[in-house]
Amino acid sequence: MKEERVISFPHLGDYYIPIKFLLNKLTKYKVIESPPITKKTIDLGSKYSPDFVCIPFKYNLGNFIETLENGANVLIQAGGGCRYGYYAEVQEKILKDLGYHFEFYTLVNSDRITPRSLYQTFKKIDPKISIWKMIYYIPLTILMIRYMDHIDDFIRKNIGFEKEKYSFFNLKKEMLNSFTHCKGYCSLTKRFFTYQKKFQNLEIEKPEDCLKVGIIGELYTSMEPFSSYFLEKELASMKIEVKRFTNVSYLLYQKRLTRKKNLRYIEKYCKYTIGADGMDNIYRAKYLIDQGYDGIIHIKPFGCTPEIGAIPIIRKVCQDGKMPIIYFSFDSQTSETGIKTRLEAFYDMLKMKRGE
Amino acid sequence: MNKITIGIPKALLYYKYKDLWINFLEELGCEVIVSPNTNKQILEDGVKFSMDEACLAMKIYLGHIYYLIDKCDYILVPRIKCIKKHEKLCTNFSALYDLVNNVFDKNLIHYNLDVEHKEDELYAFTTMGLTLGFPYRKIVRAYQNAKEKEKFLKERRISKQKSLLASSNKIKILLAGHPYNLYDEFIGKQIEKILEENHIDIIYSDQYDDKYLETEVKEISPKNYWTYNKEIIASIVHYQDVVDGIILMTSFPCGPDSLSNEMIIRNVKIPITNLIIDEGDANTGLLTRIESFIDILEERRKAR
Repeated sequence: MKEERVISFPHLGDYYIPIKFLLNKLTKYKVIESPPITKKTIDLGSKYSPDFVCIPFKYNLGNFIETLENGANVLIQAGGGCRYGYYAEVQEKILKDLGYHFEFYTLVNSDRITPRSLYQTFKKIDPKISIWKMIYYIPLTILMIRYMDHIDDFIRKNIGFEKEKYSFFNLKKEMLNSFTHCKGYCSLTKRFFTYQKKFQNLEIEKPEDCLKVGIIGELYTSMEPFSSYFLEKELASMKIEVKRFTNVSYLLYQKRLTRKKNLRYIEKYCKYTIGADGMDNIYRAKYLIDQGYDGIIHIKPFGCTPEIGAIPIIRKVCQDGKMPIIYFSFDSQTSETGIKTRLEAFYDMLKMKRGE
Repeated sequence: MNKITIGIPKALLYYKYKDLWINFLEELGCEVIVSPNTNKQILEDGVKFSMDEACLAMKIYLGHIYYLIDKCDYILVPRIKCIKKHEKLCTNFSALYDLVNNVFDKNLIHYNLDVEHKEDELYAFTTMGLTLGFPYRKIVRAYQNAKEKEKFLKERRISKQKSLLASSNKIKILLAGHPYNLYDEFIGKQIEKILEENHIDIIYSDQYDDKYLETEVKEISPKNYWTYNKEIIASIVHYQDVVDGIILMTSFPCGPDSLSNEMIIRNVKIPITNLIIDEGDANTGLLTRIESFIDILEERRKAR
């Protein structure tokens, strides 16, 4: 008899929930998410990765190895722009050389996600999926991601000022759990609105003139909290309001729609796009300056080429706008204390600047 | 009328497009100044102006720009996003123009090559010529002539390498890497020197006829989409039967190379070594590694 297929995929923040939801609805196969990222994941990943590849590769590879050990045999990798698109082939080769048996699929083969490419990949994973199911559930998942991002934005603004500890965290957990049980568009939207109200009713103590900081930078490190050593949590504990731009709904459609507008906004600095999120990050830096934020935190994995190209320009934008900015570059060897110390110093600087 | 002087930094894409650029600009009637080979001073200037995480080739490039800054009217800094459809380049090349523009305060001329958005090479060169103030016809003629000359020179270099492959009986090593690493005084030339002292024939990966590029790339990495890395992979497949060993040359920390090198190393059957070079490298370390690599190749020859 043929072996039972078990589908799995790497982690990216909380987004394993909508992906798992989608795969569960579409296929009859078992779907497991990879074990949560720990120190062991990154150790495994960096052991088998090329030397100076960017850090998301190592996290993903670690995820894959752990989930293969748990019995998965169909792996899905997202793919996309920049180096991400080429991850799949190298990871497949490395894992096959390690002796695992599995099938490997990428969602996006070229730069952008099109309905056609999604359809083709899902057909490859399971030929029995009907097109009507896909037409129903893929937009539903995208809507779910959109709602999640919406709530996340709200949480990021307020979590630092919660009265009762972990109230936001627990409510979010509850909300995600409830989202996975939704049946269709109506029930999803209903759940979203009830939870939005619940979030707004949570008690907070927010001063009018709290410090506001924007996080810009590379997409994986800003979306996966473990890879940025829980930077956002750290900021919340310092009672800072956080604004972050990158999320999956941005990657799916916003980026394409706003490209021309953004480029016009920063035409003084930039004539062309820089590749990956480089140009968008310059736009964000300018935007944050114009909106009167107190500081910018730029995060990226070590060796991220598009961001390295963008940083000199961001530096100039911030010089012209007299904006404090701090750069973090994450690698598998980054020490958590070092980040904390630098962040505290940055915080003190922002406070002093306010005092003037 | 005074001639316009245009500076071309001798780094990055210079090694790939030098014939095209110089012939085009000279035919138009500009004076072309090329910066000298990379030396210690240029490297130090480059490091001063660039991010500490930028790749070595990029640092060297900024050093060359700094050298040229008060020696010419314009500096040529192209922005190249994509050369073939559905393929990409390292994002450094698409950031280059804006980056240099923000770091240095200098008049630049540029062209924008982006085939996916319908800006091909002829269009790009025409707009560049028009901004310099030359008549349209002259530009197109200059471009065509320069292109022909480039093709001729490339064929001559390839046939020279072919005759070397056929005639010599010494140990042959394929130096594989981006042209800006292979021919740079600071990166490739020191390796070349060591190989020549040991009486090795050097085959260059960029002197390769890309007639069967697509099929040859598929042997190692069917999904690769970086144009320049595809050329390296294809040349390795092309030459791997006739050379004794391969030296992969990478500047630290090159983005596309980090992944495609892994595929090459895992798929190639003959001895291969990967030299990663950064600005603080000591020569002795390189020497030891290359000499031991040559020893391996010699032993293999004897055993056969």
